[in-house]
Amino acid sequence: MANSLKCDLCVKPATVHLTQIVNNKIHKVDLCEACAQAKGVTDPSGFSLADLLLQSSLNPEPTGNIRCESCGFTQQDFKKTGRFGCPSCYDFFGSFLEPMLDTMHNGIAHTGKIPQRAQERKTIDERLNQLETDLNLAIKAERYEDAARFRDELSQARQTAGSKPLVK
Amino acid sequence: MKINELIDSQSELTDTSSNRSAVVLMTRIRLARNLRKHPFPGWAKDAQKREIRDQCMQAVAALPQMKRGLAIPVESLDELQKQILVERHLISRELCHSKAGSGIIINKDQSCVVMVNEEDHLRIQVLRVGFQFKKVWATINTLDSNLEEHLDYAFSPKLGYLSACPTNLGTGMRASAMMHLPALVISAQMEKVVRAVGQLGMVVRGLFGEGSDASGSIFQISNQTTLGESEEQIIKHLHGVLTTIVDQELNARAKLLETDPKKIYDKIGRAYGILQNGYLLNSGEAMNLLSLIRLGIDLGVYADTQRGLIDRLFIECQPGHVQHAAKGAFEPGQRDVLRAERLRTEFAKMPPPDFSNTTN
Repeated sequence: MANSLKCDLCVKPATVHLTQIVNNKIHKVDLCEACAQAKGVTDPSGFSLADLLLQSSLNPEPTGNIRCESCGFTQQDFKKTGRFGCPSCYDFFGSFLEPMLDTMHNGIAHTGKIPQRAQERKTIDERLNQLETDLNLAIKAERYEDAARFRDELSQARQTAGSKPLVK
Repeated sequence: MKINELIDSQSELTDTSSNRSAVVLMTRIRLARNLRKHPFPGWAKDAQKREIRDQCMQAVAALPQMKRGLAIPVESLDELQKQILVERHLISRELCHSKAGSGIIINKDQSCVVMVNEEDHLRIQVLRVGFQFKKVWATINTLDSNLEEHLDYAFSPKLGYLSACPTNLGTGMRASAMMHLPALVISAQMEKVVRAVGQLGMVVRGLFGEGSDASGSIFQISNQTTLGESEEQIIKHLHGVLTTIVDQELNARAKLLETDPKKIYDKIGRAYGILQNGYLLNSGEAMNLLSLIRLGIDLGVYADTQRGLIDRLFIECQPGHVQHAAKGAFEPGQRDVLRAERLRTEFAKMPPPDFSNTTN
């Protein structure tokens, strides 16, 4: 009997075919017997397809070579450990991460609790961005009086932000 | 508080008996949190980890909720002490294996624990006996907000709380209930339940989490996804699933009593006999026998006043606790003897089963 399916985790022919529906999404894996055993697929109490999908998404495709500029963590490191190096990694690994999040979670955007400090930080950041945009527009339009006002406001806002140790 | 004082003092799990906890033994929520601009524990150098630990432990220990608790670096605990904390569901096995720079803060009644430098900088956990998600969420939410006043969390407006593993992104929250499901196990329906729960986006695990077995018919059921829904939505969803499982368990009990009561009476009665007279009991067997006694209490075969004792024995029959109770006078292979001895003593005092007024 021709069986062309190969195990998702190694090269042996796949004999265990698992379909799980999580949050109305169909996830399929094909495994050989050894890998199925090793991953606990046969043990109903200890098996989570999400963990396995995470593992297998780490495996093939040696494409991109993303590196976190903040901590030096690389895509290779992620493949080895399945963990990131530091919070800033999420800024650098975004494109690689997004398809993975879609399979792993019930959405790709946070809708839960927001820590107070992050909220303040966000408000200040938004204000700084807005003032910078206003300033540039004013300069372009040669509205120098406005530009001077925005510049002063901006430097004041930066100072206030700087006095708070939480702002980047 | 010192570690030995903590081990010997009363704790939420071993000393709070609750009648409402017939099927749900314990409710637990944990939050994964990390500090901004610091590498995650798995990638940090030892010196960085120690620096992070000092900062976190200082902040956590200063919280009013953790007053008069225990704050200790993991490396200053011996193997047995760590095992006892694992058996009480206070710390993870993973934390025990961490080499340097990890720490634990436990409050006085052992219902709030913060693990420092496990997989994330902070793993905050609150547990309570019984089915109490509202209360546990309120407690942990306040604890987390108080802690955030002193620590600068890594947070992204889009991805939420940033964690070492992307499976914890978003809320960083894992809410779980420890459930006693003997009738679903006896009637061989557990596999079906596990599959159904999985389809609803929840995970079923054994007593001690990932990869552990389900001795004593005790299972942990928790949310699988952490991103895309708010904490309240996740808890509400999980609560609904758990309520259904409680109903399924109660139905299975009613059905067993209706179709083959003698089979159930036999199991419950034999468990009593072995616990009263056995001389060698390993922890798996002890758990299974205690599970049947607990089912007996739920069915009215034994007095409800015994429930606290059984729930305590579930924990105190674990290997670390047996070894600790032996106070040094301990030889390898003796553990099963000591466990049986303890159970004989406890069950000698317990009135025999009375099957005349079984209820469900």
